[in-house]
Amino acid sequence: MEETNKIATRESFGKALAELEDENIVVLDADLDTSTKTEYFKEKHSNRFFQMGIAEADMLGTAAGLATCGKIPFAATFAAFATGRCYDQIRTSIAYPRLNVKICGTHAGVTVGEDGATHQMLEDINLMRGLPNMTVISTSDDVQTRKLVKEIAKFDGPVYLRLSRQKTQVIYDENQEFEIGKALVAYGSEANIDVTIFSTGVTVLEAIRAAENLKVEGINVRVVDIHTIKPIDIEMIKKCSKDSKLLVSVEDHNIIGGLGSAIAEILTSNEEIMANDKYCKRLIRMGIKDTFGKSGKPESLMKYFKIDREAIEKCIKNSL
Amino acid sequence: MKITKVEALEEKAKNIRLDLLKEIYYGKSGHPGGSLSCVEILTVLYFNEMNIDPKDPKADSRDRFVLSKGHASAALYATLAERGYFDKDDLITFRHIDSPLQGHPDMNKVLGIDMTTGSLGQGLSVANGMAMASKMDSKGYRVYCLLGDGEIEEGQIWEAAMTSSKYKLDNLCTIVDCNKLQLTGDTNEIMDINGESVEQKFRSFGFNTINIDGNNIESVMSAFSVAEQTKGMPTAIIARTTKGKGISFMENNPDWHGKALSDEEYELAIKELE
Repeated sequence: MEETNKIATRESFGKALAELEDENIVVLDADLDTSTKTEYFKEKHSNRFFQMGIAEADMLGTAAGLATCGKIPFAATFAAFATGRCYDQIRTSIAYPRLNVKICGTHAGVTVGEDGATHQMLEDINLMRGLPNMTVISTSDDVQTRKLVKEIAKFDGPVYLRLSRQKTQVIYDENQEFEIGKALVAYGSEANIDVTIFSTGVTVLEAIRAAENLKVEGINVRVVDIHTIKPIDIEMIKKCSKDSKLLVSVEDHNIIGGLGSAIAEILTSNEEIMANDKYCKRLIRMGIKDTFGKSGKPESLMKYFKIDREAIEKCIKNSL
Repeated sequence: MKITKVEALEEKAKNIRLDLLKEIYYGKSGHPGGSLSCVEILTVLYFNEMNIDPKDPKADSRDRFVLSKGHASAALYATLAERGYFDKDDLITFRHIDSPLQGHPDMNKVLGIDMTTGSLGQGLSVANGMAMASKMDSKGYRVYCLLGDGEIEEGQIWEAAMTSSKYKLDNLCTIVDCNKLQLTGDTNEIMDINGESVEQKFRSFGFNTINIDGNNIESVMSAFSVAEQTKGMPTAIIARTTKGKGISFMENNPDWHGKALSDEEYELAIKELE
């Protein structure tokens, strides 16, 4: 895996969206199509693209209306506006009636960079995960994003798709398949596992890099990519709890309510895990520690907020 | 089965008023004021205007209705039952724990409801989406959306109004139930909302506006037919109504926005209607 093949997941999303064949797919954007990359769909299928202006609440309501008539709307804007500004529209007009709307939030996390705290959405997983009927997906690389966009289009029900702004390393081979609701091992062997890192989105690569370095020092780390945060893959968490000495979660999101919280809920309530003393229940949650973001370069911010490879490596060494 | 005779429609409106009061009385909860004000609008929509068939409630080509002011659910349920979507006997289960008749309309629980609503300000956006789908598929169905006058204080209504106009949704007709009152008082005092200002706003947002007596069956009928003939722009019907219409002690009284009737009040109300 050389650090040359880089592409932002928003870019992969835009490309995959334009390639979808179902004629019922419609795309809505709130004056950000050149940033969310729905511009590719707009160029190719202008008759099925709706420019909704800077009015996200109306965009999501319109998407809901289109969905009641059999359309498959993908509504895109920045994650902050999609989920934060429009929480009530999503709750009442999409999640509760279980309408087939795909809410696509690009520019999630501190890795937005220079735009700073207002645009760095760190609470979106928390908000969307707490809604009944909602499926929450956060992708880590180009291949996974392209393939899951296809799955999301086929899936019947509301979905929140979390995407990133900055270019990231391609992790997966083109032949890798992804299934909504099924986590996968992105790095590490099956036997003699010391630590399992659960991650999602841009931090999956950081976890892999940390695991590679730790292996040199004789520490066996498995990295699990949890692209579907809801419904979470309980079987995978059980398996990792069973054979690891330490569990770590890493995410570009507030440590409250995100991936780490979702795993903690399973570790403290799953009957099989609770009933077995040998199952590891020790979880270190790495992420943004209940604070807002700030301006800076994405790499500097990952370092600053301690969600980069070095921070992960250090945390594991100190905790074992 | 469209009813064209005004007297027959007035008879339907009377039945709907009786039934919605029954719902609220047996449910011991609900919103009588804003339900009573929109009865003529619902009556004309469901018995004269809309292309719908209770035997085929999910038909692709049916006209759609969005009750954006979802708290008038009792009026919608009474109308749907009167139109034959479900048994009238179910009405007394309104807001009960095992009832499909939720406090606010739920499209997945009751046949004939085209959209789930309850949080104010969202219905016009949804109606726009339906109207856009109708145009995309050249299905020709029309979309109707009922707003409350207090409800249009919500900013999303004006985002949606821009969209209706931009996309020239002439298959969309929104009706503002201007009953002049909202929960805590007069819409004009709370946010300068009155019949004139509502009409000006919608007109400046690019709507064809029609100003009518919304409790008069004939006026409502003719407004819908003007809306249907209007091309290239959406229509907003400014329906001047009376909150609590038909029940003397409820008319123009904000106290009846959201409360149930006592035994004596119910008896009195029924007598007034019959």
